[in-house]
Amino acid sequence: MSFNLTLIAQALTFALFIWFTVKVVWPFMLRAIEARQKTIADGLAAAEQGHRSLEASRRQAGEAIEQSRERAGEILAQAEKRAAQMLDEAKQAARAEGEREKAAAKAEIQQEVSRAREQLRDHVAALAVAGAEKILRREVDAKAHAELLDGIKKQL
Amino acid sequence: MAAGKEFNATDYIQHHLTFLTKPVGEGGFWSLNVDTLITSALIGALAMGAIWWVVRGATSGVPGRRQAFVELLIEFIDEQVKGIFHHGDRNKFVAPAALTVFVWVLVMNAMDFLPIDIVVAPLEWMGLHAWRPVPTADVNTTFALALSVWLLMIWFSIAAKGLGGWLHELYCAPFGKNPLLWIPNLLLNFIEYVSKPLSHALRLFGNMYAGEIIFLLLWLLAATGVFGSLVAVVFGLGWAIFHILIVALQAYIFMMLTVVYLAMAHEHH
Repeated sequence: MSFNLTLIAQALTFALFIWFTVKVVWPFMLRAIEARQKTIADGLAAAEQGHRSLEASRRQAGEAIEQSRERAGEILAQAEKRAAQMLDEAKQAARAEGEREKAAAKAEIQQEVSRAREQLRDHVAALAVAGAEKILRREVDAKAHAELLDGIKKQL
Repeated sequence: MAAGKEFNATDYIQHHLTFLTKPVGEGGFWSLNVDTLITSALIGALAMGAIWWVVRGATSGVPGRRQAFVELLIEFIDEQVKGIFHHGDRNKFVAPAALTVFVWVLVMNAMDFLPIDIVVAPLEWMGLHAWRPVPTADVNTTFALALSVWLLMIWFSIAAKGLGGWLHELYCAPFGKNPLLWIPNLLLNFIEYVSKPLSHALRLFGNMYAGEIIFLLLWLLAATGVFGSLVAVVFGLGWAIFHILIVALQAYIFMMLTVVYLAMAHEHH
């Protein structure tokens, strides 16, 4: 165990190595590690952000679905109401139409009846006149009794 | 050992504990342990260069296997430093310094795993008759590191508190401001300033030196014959596996103490 100049030479080597590490090795590595740390932190932040926006859009989607469900219900109810209304209207229209048809038929029947009666009346009058003619052929003058006959016709 | 020569245990051990020393001036101090210097600089440059090579192409995206390994290492160090050093931006100096200390000491310690006679043999043929491959088993290395940290400690202490603040602490901490306590305070601080680099350097040196010696003793056992070789292989494997723990643990302790000393230097009392 003896000291010699090696002591100082080794100290110089040591100083050189430290200088090399401080100036060259460490900053390079530190830069890479720090950049990676930043990348990772950014990635985590982005993931967090994505998570949050996913949550938000899920909530939004839920709201939209809820809204449209409500709207669909409304539309369904409206449609049902409308259908019932239309049915009612149709019924009403049908009933009215029926009434009208019935009335028209009745009126026609009435007309027919009155026409038939008129004809009948004419026929009866003619028949009566014809009968009376046959009975009274000799003594009754048609011209002289026309007034009388008209009077009878009217009474029928 | 060269063939044909009488094998001698003392010679063997001494041979492997001799540095390749080149004198550069007058006196015992003015010489360099060439083996320590070359080995430490070479493997240090290799390790730090490898880390630099990986880090240079580092991507902030998905890392490859090599990058993930280096990141693991750097984050391990950074985690330790983060737990101890709370006095400003650790990235400016303390954390990279800790990385340097850990990696360099680790690879220097790990040289102990190489089978010494196989490492030394080709150098022997090249005419280098002494070569110690474990730089941390050289007090010069461990004290160079510990004293560098010690100087940094004083530098940061003065930088954090000012020269006045540092001198004030030398006299007024840890016992108190009373003038009667100035001398005890100074004495205690002096002991602390001496003991810190001593324990820092000697702990690493002692562990690595002992590890080297135990390997040498096992290889001595191998020199006794076939049976001895088999026993040495088993024991050598056991010691090498245990030594992995020591190598990593000593590098870790050296790094942690460096960080602790530098953190303590920033603290105000």
